[in-house]
Amino acid sequence: MTPTGDGGGLAVPLPPARWQEFARFAKDRLGCRYFNWLTAVDWKEQGLEVLARLDNLEGGLAVTMRTRLQPGATRCPTLTSVFRGAGWMERECYDMFGVVFEGHPDLRRILLDQDWEGHPLRKDYAVDTPQAPYR
Amino acid sequence: MEVKPPIPQVPPPVWSDFKDLQEWEKYHQERPTNDRTSEALASIADAIHHMPGGWIVTTSTDKIFNWARKSSIWPVTFGLACCAIEMMATFASRFDVERFGMVPWASPRHSDLMIVSGTVTIKMAPMLKRIYDQMPDPKWVVSMGSCANSGGPFRHGYHVVKGVDRIVPVDVYVPGCPPTPDSLMYGLLRLQEQVAHFIQTGERPTPTEPA
Repeated sequence: MTPTGDGGGLAVPLPPARWQEFARFAKDRLGCRYFNWLTAVDWKEQGLEVLARLDNLEGGLAVTMRTRLQPGATRCPTLTSVFRGAGWMERECYDMFGVVFEGHPDLRRILLDQDWEGHPLRKDYAVDTPQAPYR
Repeated sequence: MEVKPPIPQVPPPVWSDFKDLQEWEKYHQERPTNDRTSEALASIADAIHHMPGGWIVTTSTDKIFNWARKSSIWPVTFGLACCAIEMMATFASRFDVERFGMVPWASPRHSDLMIVSGTVTIKMAPMLKRIYDQMPDPKWVVSMGSCANSGGPFRHGYHVVKGVDRIVPVDVYVPGCPPTPDSLMYGLLRLQEQVAHFIQTGERPTPTEPA
């Protein structure tokens, strides 16, 4: 775990096992009490990467925490136990990328229909496949 | 005791004192010059009226009904995206489609035209179909803009219906991204031509199948 500066903040690569631990550390010790966003990147064969940005608005510190999941793996620990506001963003990330956040209290689709097949922001999602009824 | 001179009172303006309003009134009471069409129509109506029994105008009921239909098309406002801004501009006073008898109406129950203006997402498609089904027959659909025509710039997105004609039958397609109010007005005039030739068949055209 070697933090690198990226412009206005700090980028912290983490293993998935230390995801929650670092978020709690950033919230309690670094004062990053503002959960800014959470998203994912599909690196194709190299697997998914989950990113989250935590801000210390008073001190002007921004921490971007990122974790690489194993190729083919979709499970990632949740941050809802640290930030309650992470719930809907993790639902959106599950909706678009299919990342299953373990420990999330209500992991359903948030933007698309509940019967939607696939996760559209994955690179292997076939966009133009005609599917019923109106797709 | 000092007597103050009276303060001169300016009389409140009367609307007929204004010159441009006088011109406005005069313009609306006189027939404009060089208007051969309305003169000819007036003479024809005069001639028919003086014929024996000429006050009964015989025509086919379809024609007179279609004339009534096309002269009072009420579009239900299905504004979905930026095209809706142009649609509102068309309804507003500068372009003023109310002179064609079109009143934007916020209820599908009273409307006979649906202007689909904007991107139809897959999540919105069932609502569009429901509103179309709530409109009384006969009803028409104008697809306004590239998105409603074919999906437009979002055609290869995962969430966009590739043309509203996959959901409801469309009568007039208005191209543009977004179409100007002039384009939409042209489309509405073409729709009036279609409505003038409307024949009641009891059947409804089905939407085109996805390719």
